[in-house]
Amino acid sequence: MIQRKRFKSTGAVLTALCAGSLVLAACSSSSSNSSSSSNPNDTMGVTSTSITIGATTPQTGPAAPGYSEIAPAANAYFKYVNAKGGVNGRQINYLIQDDGYNPTTTATDTRQLVLQDHIFADVGPLGTPTFLAVKDFLNTQKVPALFVESGCNCWNDPSLPDTFGWQPPYTDEGKILGQYVTQHFAGQKVGYLSQDDEFGQDGVKGLDHEIPAASLVNQQIYTGSEQGLANGLGTQISALKASGAQVVVLYTIPAATTLALLAAAQIGYAPQWVVSSVGSDPPTLTGLLGALSKGAAGSSLLNGIITNTYLPTLTDAANPWVVDFKAILAKYDTGAPWDGNTEVGLSVAYTFVQALQAAGKNLTRSGLVSALESQGASFHGPGLVPFSYSSSDHFGYQGSEVVQLENGGTTVNALSGPLVTTLTGPITTESAAPSTPPSGLGS
Amino acid sequence: MLAAGGSLLLFLVSEQLSSYNDYQLAQVGIYVVALAGLSVLVGSNGQISLGNGAFMAVGAYTAGVILVHTHLPVAAAVLAAAGAGAVAGVLIGIPASRLRGPYLAGMTLALAIGLPALAIKFSSTFGGDQGLSINPLNPPGTVDPERYLAWVVLAVAVVSLILLANLGRSRFGRAFRAVRDDEVASALSGIRVARTQVLAFAVSAAAAGLAGALLGLASGIVSPGGFSVQLSVSLLAGMVLGGTGSLLGMWWGAILLVYAPQWATSVAGQLHLRSGQGANLALLFYGAILVLVMLLAPSGIQGILHRLWERVGAARTAGVRRRVGDDGILGGSAADQLSPDVPGRSSPE
Repeated sequence: MIQRKRFKSTGAVLTALCAGSLVLAACSSSSSNSSSSSNPNDTMGVTSTSITIGATTPQTGPAAPGYSEIAPAANAYFKYVNAKGGVNGRQINYLIQDDGYNPTTTATDTRQLVLQDHIFADVGPLGTPTFLAVKDFLNTQKVPALFVESGCNCWNDPSLPDTFGWQPPYTDEGKILGQYVTQHFAGQKVGYLSQDDEFGQDGVKGLDHEIPAASLVNQQIYTGSEQGLANGLGTQISALKASGAQVVVLYTIPAATTLALLAAAQIGYAPQWVVSSVGSDPPTLTGLLGALSKGAAGSSLLNGIITNTYLPTLTDAANPWVVDFKAILAKYDTGAPWDGNTEVGLSVAYTFVQALQAAGKNLTRSGLVSALESQGASFHGPGLVPFSYSSSDHFGYQGSEVVQLENGGTTVNALSGPLVTTLTGPITTESAAPSTPPSGLGS
Repeated sequence: MLAAGGSLLLFLVSEQLSSYNDYQLAQVGIYVVALAGLSVLVGSNGQISLGNGAFMAVGAYTAGVILVHTHLPVAAAVLAAAGAGAVAGVLIGIPASRLRGPYLAGMTLALAIGLPALAIKFSSTFGGDQGLSINPLNPPGTVDPERYLAWVVLAVAVVSLILLANLGRSRFGRAFRAVRDDEVASALSGIRVARTQVLAFAVSAAAAGLAGALLGLASGIVSPGGFSVQLSVSLLAGMVLGGTGSLLGMWWGAILLVYAPQWATSVAGQLHLRSGQGANLALLFYGAILVLVMLLAPSGIQGILHRLWERVGAARTAGVRRRVGDDGILGGSAADQLSPDVPGRSSPE
């Protein structure tokens, strides 16, 4: 029989509700710090003929435009490798999970990949908040998380021995752009517009490292959410104009870069724009400029923008990497655009295949991690700068090249050679000649 | 007895499942708590909330801030989350008790949209866009972490449901339903209408806060992206699908919320579309499932089961009408009043 109870007061009800959960939750905290790892399997996901890997990326939702192309482009490269016989006779099976850029979904999807699909490694998971949600879980399960697509400094963490970044840290990019501004626009007034999160903050850290405080006249921020961008960036741009800034550095996502350019064009403000690589992909910006201005503005607003890149210029038809990657994309991801996103996807996949080859025939998770640590710095790939990988460095690309957009972004002129740096170290020129793809790549 | 049997069943099920399925079982438990809270508000008290996702965020951030910035145990954090949810519920409930229908929906929707933005505004405390990372629970001995999570969450869920069921049978539960059915009549009978409505909001938000804290523990992070408007809307959908007002029905709603997106994705996956198209198609399938259930079963899944059970019961007792008691399961339409799982209940008071 169920007893009928009457609660004398609201307080009693709530107290009871709380007390009930206390008892249960107390059980959870009473446990000691015993190891919770469940006998990790070093060859999980690997058979003699296949390797199963996966990733969580936004395929739907607000972050999907642009970013949704990355994982399918990576898969195009894996399909190409599979058609060539795979890696050491193993076909690569890439499972792409749509997390909609929602960390809660990332947590579920990653558990599905690891606990149900038994992936060998998480390759190319996208986003800072999303990957932060699963870093501890992957670490406990000893699943290598390779090439997290985010420039957060947080992936180079000794407590995450199986996690590796890939793109240059935002702070390194900021240092390189900041040094260029200081050297070539000496004495001019500088303003910043940055996203109010770790992306913008890390970037500004790098800029401040190089740009003297005396030349910085104004610093604006915006919130990167849909609501934050709903009213445009007119207020921030007007403030920058009023401060007399002659050089404006943007640490912005593509949508915010577009809004900033449009707001400035409206009030007749034409400073020298300097834009981080995150927000400067010309095909993406051209599309957004047309869409957000309802056709009133075009790609001519991109002329003269100074930015940086760590991968070959998209429009450089003479670059053999561009030629080969475009051929692979056209064949294995038919209909996908050739832009900064697909280039990143192909390059991430290329790096992963290099890591697999370095790990050798007897593929294990620990073997893959130690191969990256010992040989990663010597990988030759599409990147303009080398990787920093070592047993104490899990960042990724060490720097980038400063470039300038012309002809509506269809021409990209190199302003510096490839520059390398670290979070606090000096900026030096990378002297090694650019690598060429292995012969036959793309055919 | 029902709760004990159910708990034993859940325990045995969790023992049989793989880690991933245990994780999903934990998610079901989390949604059950949130849906049950919403069901008290909507089903029993007749108020609507499009903002219970925001109350979940209040609970999740309360637990997150405590776990990240202090050394208090997990239990304290979870408790505080329920408490913070209740406080938020009172604060929202006071103006809400003056609003009706679409105006109340609009106000709570604004809450769902606006509240997560506070986490970005005060990023030094709440971690901004990247949120607060929460360490997973430490299971005793060699227990699988996902299974342990399922145990803790399901235990909290079962206790919460028992408490809510008792509340529904108490003076307060009857007041909730009286206010829902006729505000003027209940005021004439001495029920303080506004206070009752605020209390319903508080109970609903406390359950949501509790669910939010559990969600934070399960997913390992509390961030604005996890508490979008979509969450609030899907809670409402899950509650309607399960069977508004029926606590047992909330299990069905929760199961749908956890598994339907996965079914939809695997169906879309069979078609070998480009990744982006497949993912969008999965959302379409998910929407179609919700619409279909809504069309075929307006009283929710529990409503269908209940009708089936009544038919079986009618055939068995050969026309002897069962007596329908003042039901232990909160509110709902008359058809939902009978709980099929508690045979031989006593007559109404």
